[in-house]
Amino acid sequence: MVVMPSSVTPSSVTPSSDTPAGDAATRAGGGDAPPEVRKESGQREVFCGLTSIVWLHRRMPDAFFLVVGSRTCAHLIQSAAGVMIFAEPRFGTAILGERDLAGLADANEELDRLVRDLLERRPEIRTLFLVGSCPSEVIKLDLARAAERLTQQMAGRVRVLNYTGSGIETTFTQGEDQALMALLPHLPASDEEQLLIVGTLADAVEDRFTTLFERMGLPRVRSLPPRRSTDLPPIGKGTRLLLAQPFLSATARALAHRGGQLITSPYPFGVEGSRLWMEAAAASFNLDPAAVAGVLDPLVERGRRAIEPHRQVLRGKRLFLMPDSQMEIPLARFLARECGMELVEVGVPYLDRQLMAAEQALLPAGTPLSEGQDVERQLDRVRAERPDLVVCGLGLANPLEAEGLATKWSIELVFSPIHGCDQAGELAELFARPLRRRELISFA
Amino acid sequence: MELTLWTYEGPPHVGAMRIAASMEGVHYVLHAPQGDTYADLLFTMIERRDKRPPVTYTTFQARDLGGDTAELVKRTIAQAVERFQPEALLVGESCTAELIQDQPGALAAGMDLGGIPMVSLELPAYSKKENWGAAETFYQLVRGLLKEQVPPPGSPKILPTRWRQEGRRPRVNLLGPSLLGFRCRDDVREITRLLGEHGVDVSVVAPLGARPADLLRIPSADANICLYPEVAAPVCSWLERSFGQATVKTVPIGVAATTAFLAELTTLLGLEPAEGTQTESERRSRLPWYSRSVDSTYLTGKRVFIFGDATHAIAAARIASQELGFAVVGLGTYSRELAREVRAAAKELGLEALITDDYLAVEKAMAEAAPELVLGTQMERHSAKRLGIPCAVISTPLHVQDVPARYSPQMGWEGANVIFDAWVHPLMMGLEEHLIGMFRHDFEFVDGHRSHLGDGAPSVSPVADAMQDGVASAAAPFGVAVATPPAAGASPHEPVWTTDGETELHKIPFFVRGKVRRNTESFARERGIGEITAETLYDAKAHFSR
Repeated sequence: MVVMPSSVTPSSVTPSSDTPAGDAATRAGGGDAPPEVRKESGQREVFCGLTSIVWLHRRMPDAFFLVVGSRTCAHLIQSAAGVMIFAEPRFGTAILGERDLAGLADANEELDRLVRDLLERRPEIRTLFLVGSCPSEVIKLDLARAAERLTQQMAGRVRVLNYTGSGIETTFTQGEDQALMALLPHLPASDEEQLLIVGTLADAVEDRFTTLFERMGLPRVRSLPPRRSTDLPPIGKGTRLLLAQPFLSATARALAHRGGQLITSPYPFGVEGSRLWMEAAAASFNLDPAAVAGVLDPLVERGRRAIEPHRQVLRGKRLFLMPDSQMEIPLARFLARECGMELVEVGVPYLDRQLMAAEQALLPAGTPLSEGQDVERQLDRVRAERPDLVVCGLGLANPLEAEGLATKWSIELVFSPIHGCDQAGELAELFARPLRRRELISFA
Repeated sequence: MELTLWTYEGPPHVGAMRIAASMEGVHYVLHAPQGDTYADLLFTMIERRDKRPPVTYTTFQARDLGGDTAELVKRTIAQAVERFQPEALLVGESCTAELIQDQPGALAAGMDLGGIPMVSLELPAYSKKENWGAAETFYQLVRGLLKEQVPPPGSPKILPTRWRQEGRRPRVNLLGPSLLGFRCRDDVREITRLLGEHGVDVSVVAPLGARPADLLRIPSADANICLYPEVAAPVCSWLERSFGQATVKTVPIGVAATTAFLAELTTLLGLEPAEGTQTESERRSRLPWYSRSVDSTYLTGKRVFIFGDATHAIAAARIASQELGFAVVGLGTYSRELAREVRAAAKELGLEALITDDYLAVEKAMAEAAPELVLGTQMERHSAKRLGIPCAVISTPLHVQDVPARYSPQMGWEGANVIFDAWVHPLMMGLEEHLIGMFRHDFEFVDGHRSHLGDGAPSVSPVADAMQDGVASAAAPFGVAVATPPAAGASPHEPVWTTDGETELHKIPFFVRGKVRRNTESFARERGIGEITAETLYDAKAHFSR
């Protein structure tokens, strides 16, 4: 087939430090003997950033996510989202055909036509995200200009934004990071004091955190992304940034650039992480520690009780986490410190040392970390180590079960409400369930 | 550029993966960016496969594009060959890699692969789809492996009756069964048994379960059976052209088709017609008797809407109309490659075939046809659920529930039994709904009774029914002229239902109510009747039943 320039400019979206190919265990720089990080490159068994549309579109019911890509992109989202639950979901793919590849001018016209039809059909949509894909990046389809053009055409009725979810530039959860980056220029400026929780949370979990912060004496709590795409929170010098998700590197930096102060803390998984997370937020506003403890102590106590039956199952069990969502390090910290699991290997797609500093400090000394992936070699290590539980993607789970290894689907961790002290028991249960099930089932 | 919300078929390289994963000893190196590995889960989750598909991805990233992606391809091929030691290697690319033009096939051809046969796949991702990719891959692989064996032009054909001269039982190949196909695993077992009963051996089954070495034995069979034309038609036609090897083309789904399949096979191979061939279907399948038995009278004229891949849609239309006495009110396929065959089948039934891969167009056609049963894919199952119509899945795309643990073929005698159960059981529920509707005025009836069709099921209370109608038309933006509440913004010429008309309408079973409502309204409109009373309804009923 015809086409296009043979290369695109490498983008710096992936915050991973570029490393030569291979499997070198390198000692990273830093003061107090950080653990060794194995760096690998090779086949990555990780979704691309398009997949985060699955939870982003649920968070903002007035937004539509239009991937500009190929049939593969459409098939990927469909497969990752499971069965087609919705008659007309608020995401779709503008599938590029050969004619679009032959002439970019036509491709732009085609895109305009398609967007007009779509918005006519879905008048409730207020924000349309044009989501770049591998093919659209490679043919250099300028979605930023398309977004500007379409926003003008929509004359204030719909805001059209763009970001990339392409696999050549983003892994799985980085899609959300890029989507939030697209919203950022539209955040109003304000220096009023507020706590801004950054990262998609389940609505119920968000409400719970807001209530708890209110009880501690912190009335102004806002969220990014908001529940309504047009209801964007302000940003400025009075904003303290609290990351709910560990994969928002670019957004965190950009918000800091606009005056927000980043609160450093572990992430709100498990009782300990959730407590430290809320305490760090409270401390940044100089709230009365006694009042804070008054709110948190009963939650911590109750959360520990909820974890306990699952801790009985998980304690002493050996855990291997394959790279997937960037939540691996916080989850490993929770499972090791609160559930008594032993960490065999903790894999991450990329390691952002700044965002992970507080988490890494809590990991048991000498925890083997790996960054990037060569899935075959990693599976060799899994087979050699025979851990009691492997956290991995859906493509690997059944094959590993067939080899006699218990697995936990990692995708459930991004689709379930797992944040906060109140969810700590449920979070532990997700990992204990496969082990319980193996005890339960017998065919003899 | 086309807008797609849900797709029937994946991209063509997923079709290639289906061939590689179906076989043993084949490995596929795919030049593809990170993210394309999602396709693994189709096999490990939907098919519950206990091993990963034999695919190695280059998973290139943006930073690789600045460097040497060709080198990455070569390194990946070398590592895959060393690790997996395949007996045959497929090399290809996904949509993005097609754009950067590394030509992985050419790169592989220039490498020392230790003598492993290598097939380079060119599957145009921007114009073709999954089934085409599967068929093309299977064809390229068979052709690549057999090209040494192709006799010079003008050589004698393979005589389907040569087994007699060679003093052995006749043998055939079963071509086309693959992973992520519909019930292929069980169809192979059923057809193998059926052939065995008729004294015919199965030589090679491919791609499902075959090794590259097995493909080399294809020409030693007396004929090929093209079980799934979506995957095997190009291969069978090439084998016919190159080796003169004949193809049995009847797909044995349904009683009549199985009988026709045996007749075609018997004639082709020159077999003696077995004793009692006429009654074989009666002895071996329960479908004919079950269909004739009195309990099945309520199946008569049931309105059925059919959509699927071409093979299963055509078979379903024939079974529905001839063997079960249904009325086929819609027939279509997403298989553009076989559109002609589906159009012909539709024409026989006095219908125009729906050829589309837009599920919303299918849902619209479904709603307009007002069927009582939908036979479709997973997509239609969801549409039917929304419309409150019972549905049985007959074709890919499938979901994990369409890969059942029990033996449940579609082909042969047992396949006909399975089909009878699978299609009639949802209707039993429909009958039950009917009974609930009949008895709902009895005092024993508990208000709020929910059917096991779930929330999408038509409700039995008149109020909820009207709401249901309203919801259906609101959710379906395709102007089905049903049931906008009469008063609400009706145009001056729109007929209005009187209370007594509405009451009468609600005595009609839910599954035909929508159609009766529409017919009555159009009857009234044509005659300029402004108010629809019970009498108008009966006038319309008489008019339409002529």
